[in-house]
This record gives sequence, structure tokens and C-alpha cells, in this order.
Amino acid sequence: MRNPLRSEGEAYRLLWIVVGGAVVIIVAAFINTWLGVAVAVIAFAALGWWLMKEPVPGAAEPPPVVTSGTPAGTHRVLVVAPPGTETVSVPDGAEVLVVVPALSSTTEALTGAVDDRRHDAEATAAALESRLHGARVEVGADDPALAVEDALRVFGADEVLVVGDDGMLESIRERVALPVSRA
Amino acid sequence: MYLFIASEIMLFGSFFTAYFFVRIVNGTPWPTPPFHLPVFVATINTFILMTSSATMHWATVSIKRGNVWGMRAGLLLTFVMGLAFLTSQLYEYMRAGFNTSDGAFPTIFFCLTGLHGCHVFVGLTILAFMTIRAWRGHFSAEHHHGVEIGGIYWHFVDVMWIVVFTTVYIL
Repeated sequence: MRNPLRSEGEAYRLLWIVVGGAVVIIVAAFINTWLGVAVAVIAFAALGWWLMKEPVPGAAEPPPVVTSGTPAGTHRVLVVAPPGTETVSVPDGAEVLVVVPALSSTTEALTGAVDDRRHDAEATAAALESRLHGARVEVGADDPALAVEDALRVFGADEVLVVGDDGMLESIRERVALPVSRA
Repeated sequence: MYLFIASEIMLFGSFFTAYFFVRIVNGTPWPTPPFHLPVFVATINTFILMTSSATMHWATVSIKRGNVWGMRAGLLLTFVMGLAFLTSQLYEYMRAGFNTSDGAFPTIFFCLTGLHGCHVFVGLTILAFMTIRAWRGHFSAEHHHGVEIGGIYWHFVDVMWIVVFTTVYIL
């Protein structure tokens, strides 16, 4: 969907589109009231169509696939643990990074009211860090797949273990070219 | 930004709902005799506001090209024209010959144009800060987010004026 106020230039263009629409409606209304109403309905429908026709930037492009950058001789495991996870089991001898995504609802994400969810994730991260000796634990983005992508940029893992439901598992599998399995 | 647009649509929408109810459902003559709307002054004001949007756009384009003096001139002209609009509207209120106690028509008229006037006042405040910052050298071709955001708000205010002017004064 197009955001007509995304930039100053687009807002300026919207202004002149509205001016043009208003002129057409005024002329039609002076000819005949009901013609004006009809033109207004068509103008608003056209405006709605124009706003909706633009796809979300980048939505048509395939999502980037992140691959591992693990140095030879080391085995790195990235674990995704949602808030509330009490413990996770990881392979012995592996270098482990646990990411706790700050999961939030659609409403919370849209309104930016994610502070409480982030506190939940931080509490879980602190609890896991005290239990998993030698593992790093971090709080990630509200989208688990995005949290994994972010983590892989600084932690080249050989596999991803997920403590979560099937939906989370599948969303990560779609975005990551690494073995992804349930922890 | 989406929440801002939604909240503004709801705010103006509530006033327009009252307008359409009074005018179409209630069948109140618009303007109610013996009152007259100052259409000529409002038309002049519309041209002033449209021109101010053009100067605002000029200011933004200028700073994107690194033309600091173009931006300063554009912002100053926009502020002056916005102030002229608001002053003219206040003058129009004083000479309208009716007030909010004279019935539904004047109430809706003052509410709709007053709501828009409040937005212009906020826009002028933003413009004042932008102009001061522009003269202090806070903006450059690389860093001009403040001009961009202020410009978006100013154009939005002008879009709303076109809707108000068309429905209240012309139709």
C-alpha cells in the first residue's frame, strides 16, 4: 500500500492530486448535484485504488537467504528460545548463542508498545544465561526469523535449534539456508 | 505515520460527519440566511496556502541539492504565507457577522475551519523552529530530516484545507 505522506515529495504530489479531484467534483456539482456526488464517489474510489495499487517495497523480491560463516574446526549452534523458556538442551562442545525474540502481537508491533514484551524477553535471557554456562544469550527482534537473521550476521552458525511452535520453525526454515530443527 | 493519518482522518471525519448531518440529513440551508460565507477571502486564502506548499517544496528540493539559501528563502516565504493565511482567517471570523450561538451552520463552520486553523497554527510553530534552525545552519544536503517532516505536515494541512474549502465554501 502506498503511503501518501512517506516523503515531502509524495505529500506535495498528493496535494495536487486532491486539488485536481476537488476541481473536477466542483465542476460536476455545478452542472448537476447528483453528477457531483457520482464524480465524488468515483474520485474517492480512484484515490483508494491509487493508494492500494503500490505493493510494499521489496515484497515481490525473494527473501534473502543467510548462510553460515563458521570457521573450520568449530561447531556453532544458534538457539531460538521464546520468552518464558526455562531451559534448553544444546550439543556438548558446541559454541552456543541463544536468541530470545521479543515476541509481540500485531497491535503491539504496529503501535510500538513493545516495552513490556522486551522486558519479558530480557528476563528470560537473564534466566537462561545463569543456567547455560558458557553460552551467550541475547534478546532479538520481535519476528523470530528476523532475530535469527540478525544473529547470523555476527554469529556464523552451523545449525539452528528452535524452542517454539511449528509456525516459528517453518518461518525460520523459509529464511535460513541452514539445518533448522527443534531443540 | 499510519497512526497519525488514521487519527487525523477520525478527527476531521467526526467534524465532517456533523457537517453532512446538518446539511444533508437535517436539510439546513448552507449558509443559513441571512448569513453569507466570505468565499472571496477564502479563495484568496486558498491560493496563499497552495503557494506556500510550493515554496515549502522549493525549500526541501533546495536543501537536497545543497542550496542552503534556497531552503532559507523557501521556509521564510512559507512561514509568512502561513501567517498571512491565519491572520486573514481571524480577520474573516471577526467580520463574519455570525458566531457559534447563531445555530448549527455557524457552529459547524467555526468548528471545521477552526480545527484546520489549529493545524495551521501547529504547522506555523513547526515552521518557525525549522526556519530558526535553517538560519543556524542545522540542515545540509545530507541531514535535512527536520525539513522533510515539517514539509509533509504542511502539505497535509493544505490537503485538509482543500477538502474544507471545497465542502464548506464552494459546494
